[in-house]
Amino acid sequence: MNKGGLLAVFLMAATIALVVAGTLWPIPSALAYAGNQHLLQSSSTPEEAVGNLGEAIRERAFEKAYSSLANKAQFTEPQFEHDLGGYYPSLLTYATLDHFDVRPLRSSASDADVQLKLYWSTVVGIATVNRNVHVVKNGAEWQVVWPIEKQPVVPPQVIPVNYLRWDVIYRGAGDDWGTQDVEAPHVRIVDMHPVQRADGVFILGELLNEDVVPAYVSVSATLLAKDQSTIATGSSFDKISHLLLPKQVTPFLIRFPDRSLSGVGSIRMTPFSTLISASADPVIEIDDEHLSPAPDASLSGQLINQSGQTVNVAHVLGTFYDKSGNVVWVADRYVDTALLPQTPVPFNIHIPEDLARKISTQRTIVASYSEVGAL
Amino acid sequence: MKSKLTFLACTLLIAAPGLLSQDGHLQAPKSIAAGNGFSIQTSGSGKATLYIVGPNQVLKREVELGQPVPFASGTLHNAGHYLVILKTDGSVDKRELDVTAASNASELTFLARPSRLPVGLHDGITGAVYVFDAYKNLITVPASVSFELTNPAGAAQTRVVQTHNGAAFTAMDSTQQQGADKFTARLGDVTNTRIVGQVPGDPCGIKMSAKPSGQQIQLVTEPLRDCSGNAVPDGTIVTFTETYDGAETTVDVPLKRGIAQVDMPVHHGALLTAASGVVLGNQIRWEGQ
Repeated sequence: MNKGGLLAVFLMAATIALVVAGTLWPIPSALAYAGNQHLLQSSSTPEEAVGNLGEAIRERAFEKAYSSLANKAQFTEPQFEHDLGGYYPSLLTYATLDHFDVRPLRSSASDADVQLKLYWSTVVGIATVNRNVHVVKNGAEWQVVWPIEKQPVVPPQVIPVNYLRWDVIYRGAGDDWGTQDVEAPHVRIVDMHPVQRADGVFILGELLNEDVVPAYVSVSATLLAKDQSTIATGSSFDKISHLLLPKQVTPFLIRFPDRSLSGVGSIRMTPFSTLISASADPVIEIDDEHLSPAPDASLSGQLINQSGQTVNVAHVLGTFYDKSGNVVWVADRYVDTALLPQTPVPFNIHIPEDLARKISTQRTIVASYSEVGAL
Repeated sequence: MKSKLTFLACTLLIAAPGLLSQDGHLQAPKSIAAGNGFSIQTSGSGKATLYIVGPNQVLKREVELGQPVPFASGTLHNAGHYLVILKTDGSVDKRELDVTAASNASELTFLARPSRLPVGLHDGITGAVYVFDAYKNLITVPASVSFELTNPAGAAQTRVVQTHNGAAFTAMDSTQQQGADKFTARLGDVTNTRIVGQVPGDPCGIKMSAKPSGQQIQLVTEPLRDCSGNAVPDGTIVTFTETYDGAETTVDVPLKRGIAQVDMPVHHGALLTAASGVVLGNQIRWEGQ
C-alpha cells in the first residue's frame, strides 16, 4: 500500500473514532443544543440554579423547571406555565424565550436574591420580563423560590355593552361603473417634524381622523433631495395606531436609518386611509401617567380596561412635546399581558436620555387587539 | 384578311374571361342610427358576397346581385365608422357607412362625488353625467340634463346643464342640515339617483361638567353639536384628561347618545379638560365639591 492509501485509511479510522467518542461522551453544550439536557447541570450556586431554571424555560421543559422549584407545593405546574405565558391569550402566549440574563442581587450562606431577566421573542419583537427570585440552599443544591404572581380574578358577571359599531358595504359587481363607492375617511396630518439623530432621520407627527367614520390609517414619507430626486421612502409601520375612530389622533414615527437631513431638500408626506369595520369598544383608561426624568427617563402609568371584553394585546403610544407644543419624540411599548376588565396593568415607555430634558408634556393613546378581531 | 381574322380571335380570347365574370355594384346609406333597420341596394347579375366591417362587428351575407339586401332592426348597434364591401369573382365595390347613436337617451351614467361630506361646503358636491342610448352608445348630440339635490326635509337645489360631447357636469353646495341627500340626474324620462351623505362638521364647542360619583369624579359633556346645530354622531371620540401633581390620566371616550361620559380618579386640585380632534372644551379645577 502506498503512502496515500495509508493516509486515507488513517483519516477514515480517526473520523469513525471521533464520531463514536462524540456519541458516547458528548460535551454539555452539544447536549443542550440537541435539547436533551441543560447546559448547566449542577445547582451548586444561586446563579447556577436560576440559570438552570432559565434554560429549562428556554427549552419549554416546564415540567423540569417546575420540579426544580423549592416552593412548587404552593402552585401547580399549569399555574407556573400560565404565570410565564399569561392566563389569557397575550403577546407571551405564542412567544419563545430567546435568551435570559442572571444577575445576583444579594447572597448569604443559606439564601440569595437573583434577578432573572427573560427576553421573550414575540411577534412584535423582544419583550423583556424581569423576575427577582429568591434562592434557598437545600442540602448541597440551591433551589429557586418562584415568585408566582396571582392572576386577578374577575368575578363572573354580565357587562352590557352598547357601543356603536360600524360595518361597511362596498360597491358590488352588479353596480354600474358610475356608482360611487363609499368615500374613504378624511384624515389630516396636523403636525410633522423631521428630527436628525445619530442613527438617522426620523419623521414625527400626528394624524387626525376628521371624519365621522372609523379609518384604517398609515403614513408614508419620501425624502427628496434638493433636485427633487428621491432619496428614500418609508412608512410608519407599527409606530402608529392604525385604527382611528372619528376625531381621534394618533402619533406616527417614520425611520430613515443612516440618512442625514443635510441632504434633504423637502419631504413628501402621504397619509393613507380606508374604511374599516370597527367598534367603539373597548374603552381603555390610561391612569397615573408620569414622566420620569433622566437617568432612565420614561413614561409610566397603568392601563385600565373599562369594558367587559378582555383585551389580548395593548399597544401604548406616547407622543412627547416640548414647551412650545412641538412633537419631539414618539415612543411605544406593547403590553405583554392581557387587559382584564377593570384590572390595572402597568406600562413603561423608555425615552432617550438626550431628549428627556426637552420634553415638557406628553399624550398617550392605546391601540388594542382582541381575539375576537382587531379593534 | 387573314391577319384581321387572327387579330379578332386574339382579342376575343383575351376579353373572354371579363365577359364571363359578373360585375357587381352597391348603394348603401351614408348614415343610419344605431339599431335601425336599413337596406343595401346591389346592381349587376349573379352571386356576390357582402361584408360589413365595423367596431366589434363583422357581417357576411351571400347576395343575389340586382336585389336589395335588407338588414333588420338591431343588426348594427355599435356606433362608429363601418365599411361595406361587395365582392364578386371579378370585382370589389366599397362604400362607407356611419352608424350614429340613437337620438333617444335610454341611460344616464351618473358619477356623484363624494358620497359623504361635511355640511355647508361650497361646491362640495360634483355630478357628471354621460348620456347613452339603448345600445350603450354615447349620444353626442347636445341635450339638457337636470341635476337636483334634495335634502331630507325636501328642499332642493336644481341646475340644468347642456351636454357637450355626451357629458354634462355640475357642482353644488352641501346644505346646512345633516342627512342623506338624494342627488338626481334627469334627461326626459330617464333618471339616475345617488345618495350623498352630509355629515356634521367639528363640534362647535365642548361643555363638560363634573360631579362626585362614589370614589370617583364623573365627567359628562353636554350633547355635542357642530356650528350648524347638527348633532355630532355617536362614536366620535372625546378625550378627557385629568392633570394632577405632575401626573395625568386620559381616556378616549366615544360619544353615546350624543354625550361622552367617564368616571375618573379623584385628585384634589386636578385640572380636568376635554377635547375632540382639534376642538378644545372647557376646563374644570376639581376642588372636591
